[in-house]
Amino acid sequence: MITIIDYGVGNLFSLQSSFKALNIETVVSGEPEVLRKAERLVLPGVGAFHDASEKLFSSDLADLVCQKAAEGTPLLGICLGMQMLFEKSYEYGEYKGLALLKGEVRPIAEAIPKDLKIPHIGWNKLLYPSDRARHPLFASLPENPYVYFVHSYHAVNCEDSLIASTEYGASLTAAVAKANVMGCQFHPEKSGDVGLSILRAFCTI
Amino acid sequence: MITKRIIPCLDVKDGRVVKGVNFLGLADVSSPVKLASFYSSCGADELVFYDITASSEGRNLFTDILTEVASTVFIPLTVGGGIRELSDFERVLKCGADKVSVNSGAIANPRLIEEAAKRYGDQCVVLSVDVKRVNGEFRVFAKGGREDTGIEAISWIRHGVDMGAGEIVLNSIDTDGVKKGFDLPMLKAVSDVVDVPVIASGGAGCIQDFIELFRALPKVDAGLAASIFHFGEVSIHDLKMQLTENGITARI
Repeated sequence: MITIIDYGVGNLFSLQSSFKALNIETVVSGEPEVLRKAERLVLPGVGAFHDASEKLFSSDLADLVCQKAAEGTPLLGICLGMQMLFEKSYEYGEYKGLALLKGEVRPIAEAIPKDLKIPHIGWNKLLYPSDRARHPLFASLPENPYVYFVHSYHAVNCEDSLIASTEYGASLTAAVAKANVMGCQFHPEKSGDVGLSILRAFCTI
Repeated sequence: MITKRIIPCLDVKDGRVVKGVNFLGLADVSSPVKLASFYSSCGADELVFYDITASSEGRNLFTDILTEVASTVFIPLTVGGGIRELSDFERVLKCGADKVSVNSGAIANPRLIEEAAKRYGDQCVVLSVDVKRVNGEFRVFAKGGREDTGIEAISWIRHGVDMGAGEIVLNSIDTDGVKKGFDLPMLKAVSDVVDVPVIASGGAGCIQDFIELFRALPKVDAGLAASIFHFGEVSIHDLKMQLTENGITARI
């Protein structure tokens, strides 16, 4: 059973459908008592960081997610949900994140050549760092599979949790993990069979 | 590096894919759900659905089908046709669309682009434009290409991007259906002036046309076509293999 955290950002239809296609039950909720009992948590998110940050911190959800993470509940942040795992973001200001992982979120524009389009949108390759073992999320994947990205900001200073990057004029953070806390900048629910395989792997971690 | 995208386009009327579908090996050749799964398994990078139904019953049927597609196909879905107000965005997004394409609705009310981009993000708003040469200029046509709006296309597209359109689908009426290649001069004129992804539409007849498109215009991000895929004249897998052999990045 997967519990998808509903904090009013983004469309959860595809995410729910992906788990359903894998025959994995989901519940979508923003109720503390439901989330407290969750076996596995997914933190989704589409939109602007400050809006999402406000929604998480103005309720008990931020504390609750941190508490569950500290207890060892597997947690997967997706896209903006992954960015929320870091200490802070510089999207239209400076806003705090959950600080479950070391690092911060900055505009891609600072990192890439000017002739590349922003957002970084489309299919790009996952590159695994050569200095560490492949993360279990990617266990059953081919060497450098394509996944689907849509983002204008990326996580930086997060080398200690980096498990995959992608190349777009510069190396951009594609996925991170530290113990039970994991995150994908790309959308596994829009990345075809590769994405489904990642979601399936999360359910066995 | 990011790949060039290959996008089949499905026109749906009263719940069925139109424009003639003639596949071997597919039992129900005009089922949008079956066709979408088929394309996804062949390596399509994204799918575009245009709702060309006029009636409201047909519209409900369309959203039912969209829901079913989004429950079985896990690649990005763009939906267009009959998008006139914000509630139309809401209607298709909650059924699993990732991007919404506006055309005549944005010509009638350009603020629609701005309002939608503000609410759902630029990446969600696709401006689709049907363009034809009239008296030496590129002219925007509305209502499925039947009505000359008198609007100059390049300035309209620029304006659309300024208001928040995150992607442009440029359909050349001059080359549409001719199958002699994409409209490279028109695509160049557009891709030179905007910094959002440009999707080429209209004119593809064979694999070579896609190779020429991406070679001649590296700033074009994707190629869209309908009947050549539906009729099996071009296989998406073969197309992507040949793109790769020609040094063009494609997802295989």
